[in-house]
Amino acid sequence: MKIIMSGNEAIARGAYECGATFASGYPGTPSTEILEEFAKYEGVYAEWSPNEKVGLEVAIGAAMAGARAMAVMKHVGVNVAADPLFTASYTGTNGALVIITADDPSLHSSQNEQDNRNYAKFAKIPMLEPSDSEEARIFIKKAFEISETFDTPVFLRTTTRVSHSKSIVEPEEPVKPEKRVVERLDPSKYVMVPFNARNRRIVVEERTKKLQKYAETFSENRLEWNDRKAGIITAGMTYNYAKDVFPAYSYLKLGMVHPLPEGLIREFARGVRKLYVVEELDPFIEEHIRAMGIKVVGKSVFPYTNEFDPGVVEESIKGRPVRSVGPQNLNIPPRPPNLCPGCPHRGLFYVLGKMKVFVTGDIGCYTLSFMKPLEGLHSCICMGASIGTAHGISKALREKGKGKVVGVLGDSTFIHSGITSLLNTAYNKSDVVIIIADNSTTAMTGMQHHPGTGTTLQGNMTATLDFEILAKGLGIESIRIIDPYDLKNTRSVMKEELSRPGPSLVISRAPCVLLLSKTTLRKKTFRIDEEKCTGCKACLGLGCPPISWHRFPEGSERTVPGKTKKQEGMATIDSAFCTGCTLCQQLCGFKAIVESGEVS
Amino acid sequence: MKNTTKTILLAGVGGQGILRASDILSMALMASGFDVKKSEVHGMAQRGGCVTSHVRYGEKVYSPIAKKGSVDILLSFEKLETLRYLNYMKPGARIILNEEELFPPSVNLGEADYPKDVVETTKKYFKNILSINATALAFQAGNIRTANTVMIGVVSRYMDVTLKTWGEILNDAFPKKLIAVNMTAFELGRSA
Repeated sequence: MKIIMSGNEAIARGAYECGATFASGYPGTPSTEILEEFAKYEGVYAEWSPNEKVGLEVAIGAAMAGARAMAVMKHVGVNVAADPLFTASYTGTNGALVIITADDPSLHSSQNEQDNRNYAKFAKIPMLEPSDSEEARIFIKKAFEISETFDTPVFLRTTTRVSHSKSIVEPEEPVKPEKRVVERLDPSKYVMVPFNARNRRIVVEERTKKLQKYAETFSENRLEWNDRKAGIITAGMTYNYAKDVFPAYSYLKLGMVHPLPEGLIREFARGVRKLYVVEELDPFIEEHIRAMGIKVVGKSVFPYTNEFDPGVVEESIKGRPVRSVGPQNLNIPPRPPNLCPGCPHRGLFYVLGKMKVFVTGDIGCYTLSFMKPLEGLHSCICMGASIGTAHGISKALREKGKGKVVGVLGDSTFIHSGITSLLNTAYNKSDVVIIIADNSTTAMTGMQHHPGTGTTLQGNMTATLDFEILAKGLGIESIRIIDPYDLKNTRSVMKEELSRPGPSLVISRAPCVLLLSKTTLRKKTFRIDEEKCTGCKACLGLGCPPISWHRFPEGSERTVPGKTKKQEGMATIDSAFCTGCTLCQQLCGFKAIVESGEVS
Repeated sequence: MKNTTKTILLAGVGGQGILRASDILSMALMASGFDVKKSEVHGMAQRGGCVTSHVRYGEKVYSPIAKKGSVDILLSFEKLETLRYLNYMKPGARIILNEEELFPPSVNLGEADYPKDVVETTKKYFKNILSINATALAFQAGNIRTANTVMIGVVSRYMDVTLKTWGEILNDAFPKKLIAVNMTAFELGRSA
């Protein structure tokens, strides 16, 4: 039977088909759906771990116990998991361990564009790279087999285009692999003290040599001889882009990008007149080929940045832009993403944007409040960095920084990597106010559970983390809870906490609007009372999507109600999208925002 | 070895049901014996930004996204979004646009004007334009949220998919109580 699946769904399917029973990870675009889909299959265990480091460690344990285990994360998640990663390469796996790294060329939903193929080389771990959904389904199985055969963790790398594109897949029935039971862990293999690790270090190099040999005959490293005028070496999604525009050229399509099959590469290079490497981001394959002494065209014509498409490949090889009859430079108003109507972050960041403070931010929907008109967040580095950077700013500014430094992060982000840095503010005493914008979910990636929600990935009820008790235990003395829909109280609590010495914690608590049912949300909606609106634009400061401002047509301007000043326009609220959060009503100084249907 | 892959580019704003529509198009094409690939970007698109989805089909499809200047049909769910993707269209391409206007933030804030001449501008480059009010037709069908099914109905006229296949695909795509209204929306789109 044929099914259309995304690359992520196909990875989950392939893992299930080959008897993987264990998966862990942390949500992150474009990887999230892999674990969500895998968790639905029968007889498997899957968990959201608090962060990728824990996720990888539990998968290492599951593999030690003999399971086929998978750790799933986005590219920057591998940075978090890097510590266990490098040493798991030494210990090997007993069972099978596959680490999925979902990279994001073009930074569709990420803070950087790192090329995680470098991790394969760095950690001395083989890496497979599928180019579409059917390959994703097949490659994940090969990854598990390689892991068991060579006693090594294996990377499977996708990019956003592979993870989120859909193509036709032919699923197979699941099989049960032979169970590998472990009676006792061999200390010389698993206790990585210097003495043992030095020996394992040698094993790793020997393993890489074996894998190099294996790569020469690996079924997914494929020669496609055709017109020998030009040959393209490529892997992953870029293979499709190149085939789309240069179907007649010869190809060496690499399914394994580390280690590289040097024999195959030499054979291919000898067989074509001009050799290209088509790869997004770093010249990873190109540099290796150059080091082999082979002449190749790569980044001298192809871009280093952003994802490619067939047009980029064509333009780079032909050296001229693709033909397009459409207009190239129309001035079209941009449509940047925005916080949803009724979002609980809006009130909090409106207040922060009006205060004269540094606000260090973090990774989440709320990062969007750096934009106009809110401008309530001034930095974003990585998961959890808000607290550490706030602490650093406060310490560097000393007296001058008192009452001036705020760090904000979401509940899931705090759990991911904010706890140790909150401990640091208490231990090393800085004058910061840390805010947990607690919306009871991992909203940005699509509503995943975490230890603060009381429910697991597979839907079981469980212990719920209590932020207040945790913070108290860490040594935070002042802990306040606010409702971010109450602007006045939010402002006054912030003022009080900023004037207090030492770190304090404010928990801004209201569930994500997308978690609420439509009936709870829209008990009332608002509209503009046209008689009272002065066109002052105060409500526009919220950047709320249903609120807009319209200039009166020329000649029909009026004077501001009760004043002599000329009024140029008026606000409107699209009640179809209004959730009734009341923020705009709290801001309106003219009582011009009234409940829909209410007669004024 | 000429590349005979065809591309439909769906464009609009997060929340308009574009991803769902492109899924349905893809299933109908697969059921009609084509190789199909489709691609969009998830993530921040949920929060009111632009959404596009490339649906590509043919005997053997390689890339799930098309290059500029090569798309056969633009199915634009929002008026001004049409302009954003004209440079993806091939000469003589077909442009189908929904007249619904959703204001971007800069227009809401009174800093920019919503372009008034979308159809006229498009006509300068492409003759084959069909402008419809999918939202009104969806309302006529009985559920304003079926505008994306109306759009499927419109584009169905230009795809090698039989009415029988469309019927089966739509029947499978919706919960039972929404099948009838979506069938009506599809037919209204197909005859628009």
